[in-house]
Amino acid sequence: MEKFDFVEMKVPAKAEYVGVIRLSISGIANRMGFSYEDIEDLKVAISEAITNTVTHAYNEKDEGEVTIGFGIYEDRLEIMVADHGGSFDLNKIKDDIGPYKNTESVESLREGGFGLFLINALMDKVEISNNYGVIVLMTKYLSEAEVGFDDDQISTTQ
Amino acid sequence: MNLSVDITNESEKSIVNLSGEIDAYTAPQLKDAVLPLTKTPEHTVEIDLENVNYMDSTGLGVFISALKSTKEHGSKMKLVNIQDRVLRLFKITGLDEIMDINSAIRGGSE
Repeated sequence: MEKFDFVEMKVPAKAEYVGVIRLSISGIANRMGFSYEDIEDLKVAISEAITNTVTHAYNEKDEGEVTIGFGIYEDRLEIMVADHGGSFDLNKIKDDIGPYKNTESVESLREGGFGLFLINALMDKVEISNNYGVIVLMTKYLSEAEVGFDDDQISTTQ
Repeated sequence: MNLSVDITNESEKSIVNLSGEIDAYTAPQLKDAVLPLTKTPEHTVEIDLENVNYMDSTGLGVFISALKSTKEHGSKMKLVNIQDRVLRLFKITGLDEIMDINSAIRGGSE
């Protein structure tokens, strides 16, 4: 089985802890060798996932916890964000996501609901499970330049 | 991890200087500060984002409600000195086409 390190954190489902988790992922991704740009993307993606949990699942009541897991692999970072405080309508959310178009009237603009759209845009792979609460699993790969191996092994035998 | 909001009022415009991070925790504070400014007809609300080093969709949400309010009340909103990383989110979501955004950092020719 592929070797990896696993870090798990559990924080209260409150908005003030989103920034705390952002600092954590910044540290982990920096240690793994992600670029500055990728680290910024990871910070946004994980904040969006936790913000969804804080605002949707718990309806801003100060209770419940969010569990965040980091799977640290040689070539990628897997992030799991789970709440067990209820679920929201995934299909409705999927309908709501997508970029704005120039033709849309200002009145029709949505003020929320594009957290998942941003996660999709910023991460390499996103999976969502809605079976037991909501679990968002997202993956970001280290680019080859960042990993720094295999770059001199391109076949030249032709 | 906090956000400071500093508002300077002139006769026809308000300048809002932001410094820090805009996320689920600080966005309500930003909304409370900016929305009332958009309710005066003919008024311009200029929001300076030069010192905002982090923003996510909660910030976009605040600017969308502010934009809606400007249309409703006949005022204007401008976002100025926005950093590349923050601007990127406006581009990904297509909001850069809808909002008045100026990304040029003062003296930013390197």
